[in-house]
Amino acid sequence: MVSGLINENPTVYERKERRVRTDSTNSDEFSVEPIDQLEIFDHIRDIRDPEHPYSLEQLKVLTEDSVEVDDLKSYVRVTFTPTVEHCSMATIIGLSVRVKLMRSLPPRYKIDIRVAPGSHATEAALNKQLNDKERVAAALENPNLVEMVDECLSPSFE
Amino acid sequence: MAALNNLTEHLEAFVDVTRSPTHHAESLKAIATSLEKGVLSINQLVVEMDMYLTTTDDVVRARGILLLAEMLDYLKSKPLDNAVVHSLIGFFTAKLAEWRSVRGALSGCLALIKRKGVAGLVTAVDAEAVAKSMAQSIQVQSLALYDRKLCFELLECLLEQYPEAMINLGDLMVYATCEAIDGEKDPPCLMVAFHVVELLGRLFPSPSGPVASEASDLFEFISCYFPLHYTHTKGDEASIPREDLSRGLSLAISSTPFFEPYAIPLLLEKLSSSLPVAKVDSLKCLKDCAVNYGVSRMKKHYKDLWPALKDALYASTKTDLSFGLESLTSPGFEMGEIHRAAVNLLQRLVKQDISFLGLVVEDIRVNMVFDTISRYLRYEEMLDTSKLEVLVVSQILSVSARSSVESCNIIFQTFFFRLMNTLGIVEKTSTGDLVHNENSTVSTRLYHGGLHLCIELLTTSKDLIPSSEECTSTPESAQQSWCSIVSRFSASLIEAFTSAVQSSNDDCSADAYLGVKGLLAMGMFRGGSSPVSRSEFEKILTTLTSIIAANSAKTVKWELALKALVCMGSFIDRYSESEKAMSYMAIVVENLVSLVRSSHCSLPSPMILEATSEVCSTRPTYVEKMVEGFEEAFCSSFSDFCVNGNFKSIENCSQLLECVTNKLLPRLTEIDGLEKSLVHFAISMWNQIESSVVFSYDFNGREFVEAATKTMGEIVGVASVDSQNSIIQKAYNVISSSTLLAMESIPLTFAALEGLQRDLSTRDELILSLFASVIIGASPKASIPDVKSLVHLFLVSFLKGYIPAAQALGSMVNKLGTGLEEACDTIFHESSASGSSIPSDDSSKTIGGSEALLSKICLGFYGSLDLQTHAITGLAWIGKGLLMRGDKRVNEIALVLVECLKSTNSSGNALHPSAMKHAADAFLTLMSDSEVCLNRKFHAVIRPLYKQRFFSITVPILESLIVNSQTPLSRTMLHVALAHVVSNVPVTVILDNTKKLLSVILEGLSVLSVDSVHKETLFSLLLVLSGTLTDIKGQQSVSDNAHRIIECLVKLTSYPHLMVVRETAIQCLATLLELPHGRIYPFRREVLQAVTKALDDPKRRVREEAIKCRQAWTSISSRSTPF
Repeated sequence: MVSGLINENPTVYERKERRVRTDSTNSDEFSVEPIDQLEIFDHIRDIRDPEHPYSLEQLKVLTEDSVEVDDLKSYVRVTFTPTVEHCSMATIIGLSVRVKLMRSLPPRYKIDIRVAPGSHATEAALNKQLNDKERVAAALENPNLVEMVDECLSPSFE
Repeated sequence: MAALNNLTEHLEAFVDVTRSPTHHAESLKAIATSLEKGVLSINQLVVEMDMYLTTTDDVVRARGILLLAEMLDYLKSKPLDNAVVHSLIGFFTAKLAEWRSVRGALSGCLALIKRKGVAGLVTAVDAEAVAKSMAQSIQVQSLALYDRKLCFELLECLLEQYPEAMINLGDLMVYATCEAIDGEKDPPCLMVAFHVVELLGRLFPSPSGPVASEASDLFEFISCYFPLHYTHTKGDEASIPREDLSRGLSLAISSTPFFEPYAIPLLLEKLSSSLPVAKVDSLKCLKDCAVNYGVSRMKKHYKDLWPALKDALYASTKTDLSFGLESLTSPGFEMGEIHRAAVNLLQRLVKQDISFLGLVVEDIRVNMVFDTISRYLRYEEMLDTSKLEVLVVSQILSVSARSSVESCNIIFQTFFFRLMNTLGIVEKTSTGDLVHNENSTVSTRLYHGGLHLCIELLTTSKDLIPSSEECTSTPESAQQSWCSIVSRFSASLIEAFTSAVQSSNDDCSADAYLGVKGLLAMGMFRGGSSPVSRSEFEKILTTLTSIIAANSAKTVKWELALKALVCMGSFIDRYSESEKAMSYMAIVVENLVSLVRSSHCSLPSPMILEATSEVCSTRPTYVEKMVEGFEEAFCSSFSDFCVNGNFKSIENCSQLLECVTNKLLPRLTEIDGLEKSLVHFAISMWNQIESSVVFSYDFNGREFVEAATKTMGEIVGVASVDSQNSIIQKAYNVISSSTLLAMESIPLTFAALEGLQRDLSTRDELILSLFASVIIGASPKASIPDVKSLVHLFLVSFLKGYIPAAQALGSMVNKLGTGLEEACDTIFHESSASGSSIPSDDSSKTIGGSEALLSKICLGFYGSLDLQTHAITGLAWIGKGLLMRGDKRVNEIALVLVECLKSTNSSGNALHPSAMKHAADAFLTLMSDSEVCLNRKFHAVIRPLYKQRFFSITVPILESLIVNSQTPLSRTMLHVALAHVVSNVPVTVILDNTKKLLSVILEGLSVLSVDSVHKETLFSLLLVLSGTLTDIKGQQSVSDNAHRIIECLVKLTSYPHLMVVRETAIQCLATLLELPHGRIYPFRREVLQAVTKALDDPKRRVREEAIKCRQAWTSISSRSTPF
């Protein structure tokens, strides 16, 4: 492991204001509110960076546009952008996002996590690792990793 | 001697520095008490303390001296011997030189010097000695914070209490102060230090005095603090706020004119800084200086001061001028702190010295503004710089004008002609003279900038008109030349503003805004010496009123005009201007009221009503007039409808009544005499209905009937008892002359009631509803005539399905005093009087001891289903009335209702499902708070805890019936009834009975979740359950029943009919985690399954709750499944 931080001085951006949904939910008892981009973004925006006391949104690792969702096909894809190209924390970030979505979305969903093209040195390997069911399950058997992921997720459950 | 023994103990305790501060405080307190009670004299104390005061142990000596000082502080108001005081002050003065005991010495001196108004004062000679000793032997800045503060306080006290002695000392005091302040950094000390400087300045006013000669040094020591800036802002709560300290500094700087040569340049320099705090502080300080230094000294700096001030104004003004409704009575732009401070300074300077105005008047920038104005017609066309120019100059001129009558005169003389010229109101003739362009309004040019400036000037100048009392004392002709200028142009100005309003169109509010604001400014001149004559004032009113009357849609212009009229109305009322009030009445009020009255008005009725009610509520006489107008309008519209069948008229009536209910009634307490007018209104409503005997046209005017009953009820509700009586009497007369009376003769028999197929006529229905609302609103003290036949009337009506009649009956039995027995007899026992006509039924048992027809109808012995349901609903309202006053008879009613819920009642009859449903809903009527009747607003008699009482009567019965119920329908209905009772009782009652109730609530939840009809009831029952989950009282039984609760809640997480039910169920599941781990862990799998399913809920709010709940439940099992 490298001693010291990988990105010592990240740029911190302002949080986007929480959009209040205007379409009144009380208007119709039986209307369906499909799971949409903003809802998914709300789930993951507050995940904390493993290195810094900032949220992924503040570091622009995630934006609302980085979420693609199709409720009918039960498919969601999140593309995240690590702050530096050689970031070894990218796996942890990806894993956190995946775990958070697994806990928040109905089981029918297929979740696809990707690194933004060109934003990471080992992009292909990373994508493969993050979407390999076996490897994800194995990672979550590791108590140290689980502890780390849970720590990153804790602010997003508040 | 005991006291003395104790004393030694306490002394030891205090002197011992190893003991805790509380210990010290206690012993201090004990000694002080014995001194105060006179058990111990101060002499004795000193003698006893001899050893402590003179010992060579420095620590003990310091503590001893401090103790003595503290004692003196306690005895501030106790008379002491002069000799004692003299020797004590001598002692402390001597000790000042000894640095080890300096705190005690300072406190002692301070305590003695502070003595005021009691025997035993320090003499001037002694005070002088203290000051000398202090000046010579104390190095203030080498002391600790608290001691420094004591030093400054001592100085302050000396200067305040012994000014003569201090004057004798002269230079010494000034030196001492300079030395003491030098380098001080702590706000609490500085606060006192600044005050010391201020006192010194006041004490030595002579130009040859020590302050004058040392001014430069002294100023240097305090000026270095300006502008104040705190470096450490947090963690010191006791510290002085920046504002206070800055105020203290400002007072110190402005304390003596000798500072002037140093202060003003410094302040001007700081004013030019970019730091906002520095600007504000300098402006405030300059104002203080202007007050204290005097005109002659300030004069030297005028030519520097004016540009700086002007720059500050320019820099602090924003260019966005609001043309909105809310800024009609305010300047229209935001004022920052800098701006306000600058304005205050300008006003002060002009007020103090009129020659300062010369600078303003001659300023090139100020004069340039007229060019700027005439370059743009519209405000939004202007460049930002031009906008700024106009706004700032308007501000400068209006503030200067506001300062004094004299300055106002100068401003008007200098600028008003030019302004009028720019606006085209005066013309320049060929000879160069300005000539008032009396009758040609064609040439007026409505520059927005010019109008704004003009309005600002007019608005400020109106404050200069003395109120009528002052008027007589001051010769006005001499000083108010501005007034004559305004009056010369008033006609043209009004003309100009009027044309601005009229030329405005909807997409641009600026014209309308400026026009209306101008008219408002012209209309607000006070008193007899107003430059606006009465005819001109009337013209303004006419213009504004015509805007109101002419607009058919609610435009900005309309709203502005209305607000202006309301402003003027309340202004007239505030200054009790009788003449103007007459004009206002004649032009505004009467016009609007006549508009209300006339039925052929182009204006949509709600707008006219709104305008009238707003305008008229400014003065009681107008209100009277308006209600009269309303009355007339109501009567004419109503008869128009009755005779001609004009449906528009009846719509107007409804709107009128709504206006009365929504606009006037809420303001009853604000407007005197409104109650009387409204009662009159109510009576004429009755008169009108009485006189229109036949409704030639039928209408399905639910809206009208509703509006009328609502208004009537509310008026009766707020009226006094006497007025209520007169309305009731009137209403009764109408009732007794109507065909309704015939109903009274209908015998209360099954046969007769069954025969009542014919519905009431429209008129009768209206009268009945109105009468019911009168009875509902009446207070218990009002007298109701002919109770027996009225009860009869209502009884028959509600059996025919008129619910207001049932509510009125409920109100009657709730409020009646002596007539109650009779009324109840009529209701419950009428049948026995005419018993012969009932087909006798041997199997009928007595129910609740009365063989009442009503209960038999309820139970379905006779009559149609309709009759039965009506009877049940009516019974519920009667029961509510009785229940609220705590009458026992409600028990019988409850029994009848419960009987209706059984599938087969005691006599073996099967009940219709619809009747059972009505009976179940009757419990809601009984328990819930009603908006329409039987509430505080309508003077209901409410016994405390009535809900609890009903709860304790009915719940056991319902519970036992549920256990024994035979059919599912009856079981459901019993649960509905129980849910109504349980969910309307205060939650504390539930918590006291959780153990008993929990299982039946859970059963209820599962029974009610079957049918979507009961979704609301289900939700309120679920809320009751969620209330019990968290409370400590219910915890045990919740824990015992955890498995059932979880089972029930899990089912409800997928309840399809109501989202809030699902949401609440999931929240409840999350709350259950507070139960002991062992109780809930077994259900983990079950809950997680249900909540996971809820993650796919169609509603977002449910999904959010589900995520939280799932996370919480997952985490109780550490890490067996990570997701």
